[in-house]
Amino acid sequence: MEKKIIATTSLAGCFGCHMSVLDIDERILDLIELVEFNKSPVDDIKTFTKPVDIGIIEGGCCNSENVEVLRSFRKNCKILISLGECAIMGGLPALRNGIPIEECLNEAYINGPTVGLNTQHILPNDDELPMLLDKVYPCHEIVKIDYYLPGCPPRADLIWEALVALITGSKLDLPYEVIKFD
Amino acid sequence: MPKKITIEPVTRVEGHGKVTIQIDDAGQVRETRLHIVEFRGFERFVQGRPYWEAPVLVQRLCGICPVSHHLAAAKALDVIVGAGTGLGLTAVGEKMRRLMHYGQIFQSHVLHFFHLSSPDFLFGIDADPAIRNIIGVVMHHKDLAVQGVMMRKYGQEIIKYTAGKKIHGTGAIPGGINKNLSIEERDILLHGADPLNADKMVEWSVGALAFFKAYHKNNKTLVDTFAEFPSNHLSIVRADGAMDLYNGVLRAVDTEGTRILDDVDCQDYDKYIEEEVRSWSYMKFPYLKHLGKENGWYRVGPLARLNTCDFIPTPLAQREFEEFKAYTHGKPNNMTLHYHWARLIETLHAAEEIKNLLIDTDLQKEDLVVKGKKSHRGVGVIEAPRGTLFHHYEINDNDQITLANLIVSTTNNNQPMNLAVNHTAKSFMNGQKEITEGMMNAVEVAIRAYDPCLSCATHALGQMPLEMTLVNENNEIIDCKTK
Ligand code: SF4
Repeated sequence: MEKKIIATTSLAGCFGCHMSVLDIDERILDLIELVEFNKSPVDDIKTFTKPVDIGIIEGGCCNSENVEVLRSFRKNCKILISLGECAIMGGLPALRNGIPIEECLNEAYINGPTVGLNTQHILPNDDELPMLLDKVYPCHEIVKIDYYLPGCPPRADLIWEALVALITGSKLDLPYEVIKFD
Repeated sequence: MPKKITIEPVTRVEGHGKVTIQIDDAGQVRETRLHIVEFRGFERFVQGRPYWEAPVLVQRLCGICPVSHHLAAAKALDVIVGAGTGLGLTAVGEKMRRLMHYGQIFQSHVLHFFHLSSPDFLFGIDADPAIRNIIGVVMHHKDLAVQGVMMRKYGQEIIKYTAGKKIHGTGAIPGGINKNLSIEERDILLHGADPLNADKMVEWSVGALAFFKAYHKNNKTLVDTFAEFPSNHLSIVRADGAMDLYNGVLRAVDTEGTRILDDVDCQDYDKYIEEEVRSWSYMKFPYLKHLGKENGWYRVGPLARLNTCDFIPTPLAQREFEEFKAYTHGKPNNMTLHYHWARLIETLHAAEEIKNLLIDTDLQKEDLVVKGKKSHRGVGVIEAPRGTLFHHYEINDNDQITLANLIVSTTNNNQPMNLAVNHTAKSFMNGQKEITEGMMNAVEVAIRAYDPCLSCATHALGQMPLEMTLVNENNEIIDCKTK
């Protein structure tokens, strides 16, 4: 069987979903037999070098860069998966959605109890920093998403079963305990 | 014409962190910056939430060491519910949390060493990037890769049995914990089938240390001089000066080993530490107030902890500690790549500590929670795998959070990481006509030694994808390289 090509990325996530992929433990050795990684933090491939079968997205979109990455994933991947609450509905970072972004910045960089004398009221603002969006958006509001794996993070077993089913084309049988919304 | 080089670890295309390097006409590195490009805003958005949510909410900032945030928040809330500053918990409460924490230290240090850094040691800093990653390790050094995977698994299992879940658990609550360790769970962890048991983990930790020491012996100049620069060092230590990663008082030493902060109660952290805001990064720059911005910055993490503590309270790690101290004649160690050495000594200490805790029958006791007189302010400080982590909360009479302040480990290392980048860029790139992939990786190796957590994505699973752009002063791209 030809190896399926996989790409992964972390947008506005905490990297816990990627860690949960690592929690498949010994099965990592089997995974490497089944798939080849393209653009992903697991290797040195920065831009897509070939068409990808399965793209895995962790995190929603909180800045302009996240949106760019997500769009490039949609363009280059046949199947796109939203992995975890943040990708599916914004998750914890989306708690800022009801609050004006200036208030968040002021609290962190001006009002904080350990902020030293910041009399000029400096806020981070530089060409090298991407633009913050007004809100944190779930991925499916930006591009079409094909599959959703719930959990914060999704359990390693769920990730493993889902990947094997997608790769081998076998039927996916998910017991209730594996699908957790916590 | 002056140039600007951008090394974007996870780049514009992936977020979290990137490096810019400015080179002048003469080919000399002028300015370097490590930018953190992510902003969450939790200080504001946790306001108004009930305080007991903090330990489960705030850990979701970082899935690489969530236990540290979980416990630091719980420790701050211990103070708020009147359960003392961590020592006020019941024996089972305190020890279950310690077990959770040392399990976390163990898995995180293992991940960093085996999955992230070993490729640089096994294949060389300027080796072909196609094999210089964890998949290369699996292909070419399977035994080592399997050890790394199983050691991490063991640490994660400890977290599962203490926190309820491997990532983003719920075990610590204000004033204590919500479960103890059953005899069955204890036996699985203590005497599990090979290799998943406490003795094997100690044995393998000793092996990992031997591996690094052999590498050091053969690459002395590199390991000793790479991004070496003097600094202050800060951590918590037990009241008697022992290494303690869960609880203690703040201590800092300068580059000569003189104590510049000693015996400071963590509740007073804000009397001693301040942060500077710089416009080009979302990450602030902390320093010791009394020494000021210029001289008050410090390192945290494994290297700093071995510089601040007087001894390590487990025998095998203590022996290694003595060897480590002797290498610098008892003076503080300022060599960036020695972070790896220090991290592996701590890995061994964590394995020994885990075993000690597992045989302690206090873990089966039933008095899980204590409560006392409520107060409105609490600070929790813990030594996370990457260094000192501060959580500070204030609440109102309705039990809602009114203030949250966090100084995370990687923030504490902001200035040192920037300096490490600067040193490395200068020593590898000054006067060079061509910037090679190996030089770019050298800059990453410097950052990676600090095991930065905010650029989790950049390093968590292996090498960072890198893009370097040569730009003229008008920001026009002259040349662009991807590795
Ligand atoms: S879903 Fe949970 S584990 Fe995944 S990135 Fe979001 S907070 Fe982290």
